[in-house]
Amino acid sequence: MFHVKHYDVIVIGGGHAGTEAAAAAARMGVATALVTLRAEAIGAMSCNPAIGGLGKGHLVREIDALDGVMGRMADRAGIQFRLLNRRKGPAVRGPRAQIDRRLYREAMQQELARQPGLTIIEGEVSRLCIDGGAISGVELASGVVLSAGRVVLTAGTFLNGVIHIGDQRMQGGRMGDSPSRVLAAQLAELALPVGRLKTGTPPRLDGRTIDWARLDSQPGDDDPALFSFLSRAPEARQISCGITHTTEATHQIVRDNLSRSAMYGGHIEGVGPRYCPSIEDKIVRFADKTSHQVFLEPEGLDDHTVYPNGLSTSLPEEVQHAYIRTISGLERTEILQPGYAIEYDYFDPRSLHLTLETRSVPGLYFAGQINGTTGYEEAAAQGLVAGLNAAAASCGRASVEFSRTESYIGVMIDDLTSRGVTEPYRMFTSRAEFRLTVRADNADRRLTPVGLSAGCVSDARRISFEAKLDAIDRGRSILAGVKLGPRELGAAGVNVSRDGVKRNGYEALSLPGADIVSLRDVFPAFREVEFPVLEQLQIDSTYDQYADRQSREVADLRRQESQRIPAGFNYDLISGLSNELKLKLGRQQPESLLQAARIEGVTPAALLLVLSHLRKPSAERQAG
Amino acid sequence: MDTIYATATARGRAGVAVIRISGPMAYAVGQALCGNLPAPRVAGLRNLTWQGALLDQALVLTFARDASFTGEEVVELQTHGGPAVVGAVLRALADQTGLRLAEAGEFTRRALENGVLDLAQVEGLADLIDAETEAQRRQAVRVLSGAVGEKVERWRRDLIRAGALLEATIDFADEDVPVDVSPEVLALIDGLVADLGREAAGVAAAERIRDGFEVAIVGAPNAGKSTLLNQLAGREAAITSEIAGTTRDVIEVRMEIAGLPVTFLDTAGLRETADRLEQAGIDRALARAEAADLRLILTDGGPFTGMVPRGDDLVVLGKADTIYAHGGLAVSGLTGAGVPELMARIGEILQRRVGSAGTLVRERHRVAVTSAIAALAESRAEVVRDDSRVELAAEHLRQAVRALDALVGRMDVDDLLGEIFASFCIGK
Repeated sequence: MFHVKHYDVIVIGGGHAGTEAAAAAARMGVATALVTLRAEAIGAMSCNPAIGGLGKGHLVREIDALDGVMGRMADRAGIQFRLLNRRKGPAVRGPRAQIDRRLYREAMQQELARQPGLTIIEGEVSRLCIDGGAISGVELASGVVLSAGRVVLTAGTFLNGVIHIGDQRMQGGRMGDSPSRVLAAQLAELALPVGRLKTGTPPRLDGRTIDWARLDSQPGDDDPALFSFLSRAPEARQISCGITHTTEATHQIVRDNLSRSAMYGGHIEGVGPRYCPSIEDKIVRFADKTSHQVFLEPEGLDDHTVYPNGLSTSLPEEVQHAYIRTISGLERTEILQPGYAIEYDYFDPRSLHLTLETRSVPGLYFAGQINGTTGYEEAAAQGLVAGLNAAAASCGRASVEFSRTESYIGVMIDDLTSRGVTEPYRMFTSRAEFRLTVRADNADRRLTPVGLSAGCVSDARRISFEAKLDAIDRGRSILAGVKLGPRELGAAGVNVSRDGVKRNGYEALSLPGADIVSLRDVFPAFREVEFPVLEQLQIDSTYDQYADRQSREVADLRRQESQRIPAGFNYDLISGLSNELKLKLGRQQPESLLQAARIEGVTPAALLLVLSHLRKPSAERQAG
Repeated sequence: MDTIYATATARGRAGVAVIRISGPMAYAVGQALCGNLPAPRVAGLRNLTWQGALLDQALVLTFARDASFTGEEVVELQTHGGPAVVGAVLRALADQTGLRLAEAGEFTRRALENGVLDLAQVEGLADLIDAETEAQRRQAVRVLSGAVGEKVERWRRDLIRAGALLEATIDFADEDVPVDVSPEVLALIDGLVADLGREAAGVAAAERIRDGFEVAIVGAPNAGKSTLLNQLAGREAAITSEIAGTTRDVIEVRMEIAGLPVTFLDTAGLRETADRLEQAGIDRALARAEAADLRLILTDGGPFTGMVPRGDDLVVLGKADTIYAHGGLAVSGLTGAGVPELMARIGEILQRRVGSAGTLVRERHRVAVTSAIAALAESRAEVVRDDSRVELAAEHLRQAVRALDALVGRMDVDDLLGEIFASFCIGK
């Protein structure tokens, strides 16, 4: 070993988890290195050219609230913004954008280059340095050793990745990259619990050979909802996506060739996600449907590659060529790159702490797809959690943990670490029990204070956040000060029973038919408050009553969360606990009663036993 | 967890007494007394000895942890039932270290905590042990067999299905989800509301089966009320005399009619009186009669204005041995004439009233079901309104599930997603 360079935190991997982890650690003020195979691939989007969506958009907003990078970069590179569920309540609206791949990559690389305290190192990590059981750095293939007390590994699908196209298979992460076999072998030696998952991608099409004129098009929103609380407007030119449908002929070709599909031909052992089925899956499982929707998503403004969302497949290349041309508008379309399925290893996230630090190797953190998740947003959010905590630990600060009662990040981390995964984990709004109060619109009010106390939020954001809070408080007190009778409100178009009861302006916002424009026309007080503030207050007011209803359940969960179980807690001492549960709890070592409760098979009675044991004086516990 | 022991049979002299030991030390203690234990679920005759003295010869049974009433290792000693034998064995058990006498209901509580019984089954078990009448036994056995759990499981399936439909439109708005799920959601909600409503209404009847009915015998003084009560009781429960106003307090007699527990109330005769003591008795009679499930108004054939019959109330001619009856019910407390007919009539009325009893039997069940119904109604209102807010409809469905949580476990989001993925083609 010739050079040794020292850092506080080293992040391995320049994908979405890696970039977010490195940026977060650097924002915390610790010396950070990001090691990646190719610096020019930092910020690459290897799957669909879109960020956000339902649940995922919530995650991006939360990342942004903690001053992360994904939201701001997506706003800079977004070429079509749509707020999903616009016609449903604000709690379940999710911002989503089509992204220009090149713009995103460039923006991300610029951003990281500008980040003080962050060094980008191009190289292949060949070995983790482990000293006395704890991480001490990494060694590169070049022989260079980088030392650090904290290492965040974001290896994505690169670990033992196998690509399948029909009956052909090859080693690889995403197409064109060599897998980190050596590192994988070392990780295998650590005997961490491993599982195997699969995911698929559609073929990429040449947009110049698509008959766009014959297809429906889906434009972005007139009033685009951006990801970052700091962004004001899209920067890139905005475009539309195309929509087309599979036909009976498509389905026939797929059916005729099922035995040649990697997935149906028995070539893949990994478990795939239920929510992102391949076209083979869709046609087999939903045999009665004669057509499936396909979105044609341009990969960039000056890129003629088109991503046909809905056509992921592992059929042989020639079959892909054949069926693509049975789809309306794609009769002459050329495939630029065939679709493929990829199988990869993941590490059972139940072996991680809530900080995403591994239990077996202190100082080593895992984030992203390596933990069994899918999606850029899920990866980025984990990267943020790992980066913040690696940095906090390296300077002796308290860990930054997220409660499932107040963030989607908390929901995800809790789900992963307590329940593990059985398929690639993707965020949904239905996973969040408290989604009426944990919303995309209030991510900053939920999490920016957390980021401020952790020390990862810039002054610029703090100032803008405080100004927003002041405006909301001021607006609420103005509205709370006006009393409006049912007759007046009725005149402003509000549906209210003529019960003679006066409502204050804030309450009135939640009534059916309450429209901000009409309220402003009729009542001067509403004109004293800026329009965006009124929008925010209306959302708050609408869900306030549910916040009250949920508060007891929140308190219940919080109590369970705050009942910590000490590391190394010996479940064998609890008589009355079944051997199966002793084994399970002992292996998974839940960190709180809530985590224990979420482990499969743990009954309320078992929890009671654990709790009563925790409450015993420690001397008695020792005596057992 | 301590190892506990107690006699499972009633105290006093009997052919056999059963002593139960449950917990991690049960087998060890059994061995200490019996030498070697028979294999689980095989009866073995053993000499129980302690400190060199033979206590009794007993039939000994052992149950493995996963196949016992408590969910723990259990040893059952079937000793001879004399108080001295039982006392000696209990003293020997008390000498064992780490063993203690069970608290009331502790075996059942352990069954609950170890997941052998659910809460409703525990209630069913308590009811079964307390059951005195045939209808009570039938009802308790049904609950103990897990009927409540099965019902709730069915409701839960429907709730998860309805929830999954709504959630699908939220989380997969952009994908191939059927546009309008509301007809199916409404059908599910309406079905649930009807089913839950029936069950809630049946709880009152089921409670009657458990707690019994009160039938008040009212009438003018000296109408023969106490004589009739004594006839029903088959003993001199109430003092009778020729003197009007003999009965001052309310006298109760419990019996079984048509399998139902019925308490007859003998009350003071109703008339105008200046006697303050008698007036107090009359006030009490009126109050109890009003609150009773059924009133039996005894007349002497003449007009009686003391109480107006309502609903199923029976107007019966008393003293049928001395007064001629012009049709209608007539009884004689003295001879017993007409009593079987009267009993049959009361039996029919009460049977009809408990006909609506369903699976749920307790007020606790009714409260849970009623709040689930309220949440479903709110959910329905959200689904049908023009500017339907589906996230609120879904929230109310979650509340409905939580309301039933008292009767089952927690709704798991994975169940919900599983239903979504099984039903819809998700993934664009």
